[in-house]
Amino acid sequence: MALQTIWAQKLKSFFSLIGVLIGVTFLIAVVSIVQGMNVYVESAVTDEVGGVNSFQLRQRPNFTGGDVDEAQWRSWFRRPRISYEDSEYLRERMTVPATFANYCADRVTLEYDGRRASDIELRGTEESYFDLKAYELDAGRVFVRQEVRTGSPVVLLGFEVASRLFEGEDPLGKSVKIAGIPYRVIGVVESQGTLFGMSQDKFAIMPYSAPGRRLICPLNVMDELMIRPDNPQQLDAAVGEVEALMRARRQLKPDEANNFTIETADEALEFWDKISTVLFTALPLLVGISLVVGGIVIMNIMLMAVSERTREIGIRKAIGAKRGDILSQFVVEAATLSVTGAGIGILAGLGLAFVVKALTPFPAAVAPWSIGLGVTLGILVGVVAGVYPAIRASRLDPITALRAE
Amino acid sequence: MQPDIIRIEGLERRYDMGGEIIHALRGVSLTISRNEYVAIMGPSGSGKSTMMNVLGCLDTPDAGSYWLNGQEVSQLTDDALARVRNKEIGFVFQTFNLLPRASALHNVELPLVYAGVSASGRSERARQALDRVGLGDRMHHRPNELSGGQRQRVAIARALVNDPSILLADEPTGNLDSNTSEEIMAVFAELHRLGQTVIMVTHEPDIAEHAERVVTLRDGRVESDRLNQESAA
Repeated sequence: MALQTIWAQKLKSFFSLIGVLIGVTFLIAVVSIVQGMNVYVESAVTDEVGGVNSFQLRQRPNFTGGDVDEAQWRSWFRRPRISYEDSEYLRERMTVPATFANYCADRVTLEYDGRRASDIELRGTEESYFDLKAYELDAGRVFVRQEVRTGSPVVLLGFEVASRLFEGEDPLGKSVKIAGIPYRVIGVVESQGTLFGMSQDKFAIMPYSAPGRRLICPLNVMDELMIRPDNPQQLDAAVGEVEALMRARRQLKPDEANNFTIETADEALEFWDKISTVLFTALPLLVGISLVVGGIVIMNIMLMAVSERTREIGIRKAIGAKRGDILSQFVVEAATLSVTGAGIGILAGLGLAFVVKALTPFPAAVAPWSIGLGVTLGILVGVVAGVYPAIRASRLDPITALRAE
Repeated sequence: MQPDIIRIEGLERRYDMGGEIIHALRGVSLTISRNEYVAIMGPSGSGKSTMMNVLGCLDTPDAGSYWLNGQEVSQLTDDALARVRNKEIGFVFQTFNLLPRASALHNVELPLVYAGVSASGRSERARQALDRVGLGDRMHHRPNELSGGQRQRVAIARALVNDPSILLADEPTGNLDSNTSEEIMAVFAELHRLGQTVIMVTHEPDIAEHAERVVTLRDGRVESDRLNQESAA
């Protein structure tokens, strides 16, 4: 019955839906998008860190919350860097069985046969790196322990680098130049897709000991030491052991803070947690405002409906409608209006989330609770906005109401 | 003698019109028996509209008592009056007063909705009521798709659907041409023949002629109360 009445006044009803519609649309879309970004950033960051089960020993954090003051930066940069000796020291003393990889990286330009690929991340590392990152190769092979030990000028190319420099030619065995020094291409790494819309295939990997190391790291130090305990259950134990060993090695007193950073996937995600917390805090405000506006609009529409339909109310009362009947009729109408708005809002929100999913790399993850919340808010707004007009309607005198035009 | 369906005694009703007190009813007493067909007549200002409102339980008197079907209804609360209107009274208005956006069937079902009848029972009884007034084939039409006479028949079906004690008609032919008026009067006559108590408020003498008893009001009092010769004959 309520639906019939609403359908009969489509245009007016539509406008009265807008407030609730927009509120719920935002609710669903923002929650979906933020949750999608959560999933995405988590997997991306976890990937970057080298998987959930590994961690990195660094001079300073790689992922920061953004609001780091200059003094903090300066103190980070004053710390000693992680050296080859540190790496050896840990490998010798760690009791938790683990895989290690020294790692250094910076941006360089690669050349082949007159073609250039600039802004390529040159990574210097060791053979275990491929295992830690779970890289699969499209062609060729990874470098071996012997090549790392001797600092052989061999390189594996990221998928995009290989296709840009070689344009269909077989890169294997060819020689690319980095800062004038030739390197033999021994492999191509399978495409890694994109992250935040950026290609993940613009890199080259060489032994950290290869000649190019002077381009990416000063002698004897590295950006980070990647560590993965062989048993994932021992992650905390391994982190604890690395911390204790490093403190001992650097002779830190018990009251001194660490002058190194151990970064796990969880810690790297902290910065994202901060961002999504801000979004989730701002969201209720946004949704709240549009729902209040929506409620006021619905209340106005219902007040208009009551005065326009005075005669109808009179008829209903004459044939036996009690106050409660009229009251519930108008409340239900307002709630139906509002829930319809919420329903369309849910669809629009889902639509928006899917558009975002299609146009950006973020997978929109729809949270079922946000749909439930949308419907609940719809009912709530409708009932709250509908009660006052409904009370007015229910108190109308049937004789006066019947005489109304 | 049939039992009384309506008994009113010393009914008074005053209105405060911007400080001026209007005495619409100044002590009306009247008894109507079951299965009577009564016309209430009078010029405008005679109090017949107020009479209609009080009889229809839309309004309560300031003084006097009103027994409807054995129940004293003059001092009931709004909701109790609504229940009485729903169960005991079937209204037929001059302007039909149908819900414009609802089908004939739905209009007729409406009193049953407020009586708490189940959806299937409502539909069944509303169809029967429409059949009784000869509109069984028009039940899905909306009021604006029906002629004036047909609309008034829908209104009569709606009035009858709850088997009320009285059918209360307020100028039922006021918006109809004379041919259609005759049709509606024929419907009333048939309902009366089948045992329905009919009370009709009108200012048209020739319409009042259809009733078997004519009560005339003037200045808030009963001026005359006579049996209709033609009809009684």
